[in-house]
Amino acid sequence: MHLFNFNYIDADVEEPNGFIFLKPTIKKKIKVKVDVPVIEQKKCQLCFKCVDFCEFNVFAKTKNKVLIFEKLCHSCGGCKMVCPYGAIKYKKKEIGVIETGFYNNLICKQGILNIGEIIAIPIIKKLLNNLNDKINIIDSSPGTSCNAISTLSFADYVVLVAEPTKFGLHDLKRIVGVVKEMEKPFGVIINKDINEDIIEKYCYKNKIELLGKIKYDKKIAKLYSEGKLLGKDYQKIFKKIGNNIKEKLCK
Amino acid sequence: MQIAIISGKGGTGKTTVALSISELIKNCVRVDCDVDAANLNLFFKGKIIEKEKFYSGKTAIINKNKCIECGKCIKYCKFGAIKNYEIDNIKCEGCGVCNLVCPVGAIELKENYIADIVVEKLTNGTLIKANMKIGADGSGKLITALRNKIKSNSITIIDSSPGIGCPVVASIVNTDLCLIVVEPTLSSLADLKRILLLTKKLNLRSVVCINKYDLNEKITKEIKNICFLEKIKIIGLIPYDDLVLKSISELKPIVLYENSIAGKAIIKITNNLLKEIKHENCTRT
Repeated sequence: MHLFNFNYIDADVEEPNGFIFLKPTIKKKIKVKVDVPVIEQKKCQLCFKCVDFCEFNVFAKTKNKVLIFEKLCHSCGGCKMVCPYGAIKYKKKEIGVIETGFYNNLICKQGILNIGEIIAIPIIKKLLNNLNDKINIIDSSPGTSCNAISTLSFADYVVLVAEPTKFGLHDLKRIVGVVKEMEKPFGVIINKDINEDIIEKYCYKNKIELLGKIKYDKKIAKLYSEGKLLGKDYQKIFKKIGNNIKEKLCK
Repeated sequence: MQIAIISGKGGTGKTTVALSISELIKNCVRVDCDVDAANLNLFFKGKIIEKEKFYSGKTAIINKNKCIECGKCIKYCKFGAIKNYEIDNIKCEGCGVCNLVCPVGAIELKENYIADIVVEKLTNGTLIKANMKIGADGSGKLITALRNKIKSNSITIIDSSPGIGCPVVASIVNTDLCLIVVEPTLSSLADLKRILLLTKKLNLRSVVCINKYDLNEKITKEIKNICFLEKIKIIGLIPYDDLVLKSISELKPIVLYENSIAGKAIIKITNNLLKEIKHENCTRT
């Protein structure tokens, strides 16, 4: 991305790693807070309407009290609506932070989920809403979980990175199913290319654009392990990939 | 006895390690909790002994015939999932608020059929896995349902999903031991620190093994220091081995390659693991 002046946005909020490589100077930290319910015990008449309504099992019945499991809450606001006694209020709870910094003059942002929290979507949404008009490279979480899908919903173009193994192909097929359903334009990069054409064959057969191949190279692994960006030796291939992507975006 | 194989970061060799360990344990139960990228099943051709549909979460549906376009659902939906009285299935979290506020009962919630849960009998043990529907996302609930299929007291190896969020918590909660697979990279190191905080919070016992430890001895040393300070035992070091890639393309566990140095290290790790849980059940030493 730094070859092209794209911004870098790390939306892999469970394990954000991009800043290890870019080491941006961090200028701003914002806490991400969500609404979670609080029950005013005096007003609660134990009708358990909140328990019955909540699809996420935030509330649990006990003999003389309704218990609340804040971490499961999706902040939909429904429990307050169904409570006939006005016993439910909301309080703000912090679930993570968003950090903004600069690497040279590129904007770098990352979301970080607090440890022990299980719902990360509000951080991803806050991170990806209001990005600037420049090209933003968004680093998504792996797999096809709700975090990855939420991230994809913000994208104009999707770059899928796959390894040329049966694992890689299996996982690629799943994510291709998702991006197709979301009707997002996409292309594939083969990483750790070892002259194994398993991914290429699949792409060819399914008319999927191949954006480029990155050779399997122990030197890359070593640089990566030290948190270093790949140097000049590798610029050519990334320039090619970057230009390919740029072309797609201009279409 | 349940052992979860975890790693904060994806791609550290978690599945390779999980697969090989399960191969070495007699009648091992394998649970593939990495439901988004389930790879264990690629290695086995078992006989299906149980299969059931799994529903999780709901999605709203608007009945156009009843809808009077009053706008209440749009106003109250916190997820911006309704536009022009159409539900965006991806944004809808199935909370039911739209159904609650609709004055004419035009909105229904329908359960999502997201996966089939399958139990397979293998020549050496059992495999429990989820066949996900295309486009469906795995959830903690699905993982809990997979783990509920564990019926025997045999040693169970759980291949967890990466990260520290909902699927991971569901994969590791109440296990007897977590084996954290780490690589000597700065990213993996950062993720190790986060996952150790999580296992501590959940009161779980954990041990570490370092994969490709010789890739960067300096960071390997740093990992050792952190484990020492946190009183976490390191039960093995796996050297970098080109045969691992071959084993993945041939779909054969790395411990079955006699010349593999990584395979030898994993045999040692398995024995150490069994010692940790005080079990003498290793078939190959």
